[in-house]
Amino acid sequence: MESWRRTLPAFAAFAGPTTLWLLVFFLVPLGIIWVYSFGENISLTEIRTTWTLSNYERIFEPEIVTLFWRTLRLAGAATIICLIVGYPVALVIATAEQKWKPWLLLIIMLPFWTNLLIRTYALLNILGARGRVNGVLEWFWTQGDALAGLLGMAGLFGERFTPVAFLGTESGVVIGLVYVHLPFAILPLYSALERLDRSYLEASMDLGAGQVRTFFLILVPLTSAGLITAAIITFIPALGSFLTPDLLGRGQVDMIANVIERQFKKANDWPFGSALSLFLLYVTFIILAIRALIDMQAAKGRRA
Amino acid sequence: MSAGPFQYARKTSMRVMFALTFVFLYTPIIVLVIFSFNNSRRGGNVIWRGFTTDYYAKAFANESLVEAFVNSIAIAVISTIFAVALGAMTAVLLWRWRFPLKPVYEGLVALPIVIPEICMGVSLAVFFSASGLTVPPEAPWPLNLGNIIAAHITFSFPFAAMVIRTRLQSFSPEMAEAARDLGASEYQVFRDILIPHMVPGLIAGALLAFTLSLDDFVITFFTSGPNTVTFPVKVYSMVRFSVTPEINAASTVLILMTLCLTFIAIRLQKPTEMTP
Repeated sequence: MESWRRTLPAFAAFAGPTTLWLLVFFLVPLGIIWVYSFGENISLTEIRTTWTLSNYERIFEPEIVTLFWRTLRLAGAATIICLIVGYPVALVIATAEQKWKPWLLLIIMLPFWTNLLIRTYALLNILGARGRVNGVLEWFWTQGDALAGLLGMAGLFGERFTPVAFLGTESGVVIGLVYVHLPFAILPLYSALERLDRSYLEASMDLGAGQVRTFFLILVPLTSAGLITAAIITFIPALGSFLTPDLLGRGQVDMIANVIERQFKKANDWPFGSALSLFLLYVTFIILAIRALIDMQAAKGRRA
Repeated sequence: MSAGPFQYARKTSMRVMFALTFVFLYTPIIVLVIFSFNNSRRGGNVIWRGFTTDYYAKAFANESLVEAFVNSIAIAVISTIFAVALGAMTAVLLWRWRFPLKPVYEGLVALPIVIPEICMGVSLAVFFSASGLTVPPEAPWPLNLGNIIAAHITFSFPFAAMVIRTRLQSFSPEMAEAARDLGASEYQVFRDILIPHMVPGLIAGALLAFTLSLDDFVITFFTSGPNTVTFPVKVYSMVRFSVTPEINAASTVLILMTLCLTFIAIRLQKPTEMTP
């Protein structure tokens, strides 16, 4: 690598455009909402920066605390499910025959390349009260009911089939979040498993540990870095999700992003919306900082 | 089952898990595609009433939908060009030079990748309105899409930079030095040696930027005016206000486009390199 001083004109030619772009379209906009978050609405269109903390104080009102708690809970649940479902999938891809690997990976990543809105809309269609999923459940119910009738226990499962409500419920939103983020979670798990030295597993089995013990005591700890990456890469976008709770939660299961959107579009309370956005940003930074700390600890552990 | 310690792909239970995940990921999309041919006026997603291509005809006759679609493609093309140019510059910058505060700069470039979309959308919306940089909706097409294009460049060029930088790691600086010793200028080295080496990275970066741009809803939702609508924003308003089978047809067209793009990506490079 060269020193920037020796080839200053070339360095400036490469550094200039990107720096300028980031400054104008990224840092300045963030700076403006940071200033706005200390502002007050003085009329419908005018905001005055009074350096008030009232917008941040409002975050600690019970309603908003509940909102944050729900957001953390739903994103957390989706992340855990993504890891549990994604791990075996990544394991299958990582241990498949060499010629199948790229195709299996492609099959999993293809939905990720499909438009997010269309995927969410597609899920919305099949989760409704008369959607495909309830159709399948009803079929099972009918079969079970017929069976119960044969055994002389008609009505064991209730008078008639009641569709499961997915839309407008937290479970529906979690299903949506898992659906959207699963490919995200599988990729880092796959690359961690792919790099793994298999002799550790063989050693564990040779020394008498069973498949289950080898899995939990050897495989999972050895791929913990991949698990952490997968968790973060799923959790951060899930925290800021807008479309999934908006379409699947039907206004009844709001997450932070939905309330931020409302401050800017309907409520016209830009200062509070800015404060909420920055709070979400800070939460994201805290998660990334914790991850960096874990990485540093791990690096220290390796050196020791 | 007597599979070896690391032969999970041969275990039936693991294969079932994989198959179930496949079904989970694909059922909604396949149902959507099938029901885009359903001959049903309302809802259209519950009961099969026979095959028809009417809703494709309707989608293509829907002027505002077609306009939104054309906007989306124009935004994706223009923002991809800029994103790849900026991304390539960033990649070369970080690859070639030592400079003060370099780790900070690297972090700054990566920041748009990790920042929540809603924060970026909100900040850009506020920025355009506060700075007076809002492009008037009556500006000639595609200039009236300027704000959306600027927003798309901002969130996609760091991704392009990441992909191109990975490619640059395989470049041996001796080649550039040899060229300089033989009298090539700084610019000639860049044009004739570095750029050709970067081409696969540039293509991968472009495909990624293009897909990200076509996919984006949240940031566009905040930076678009009432008269400059993209395909996802238009579909969103159709989903919110009128559930018509046209959405299924329009969505299927976009899914088909994505499939074609992926096919091109596979033809251009190995699928394992394609994933972001």
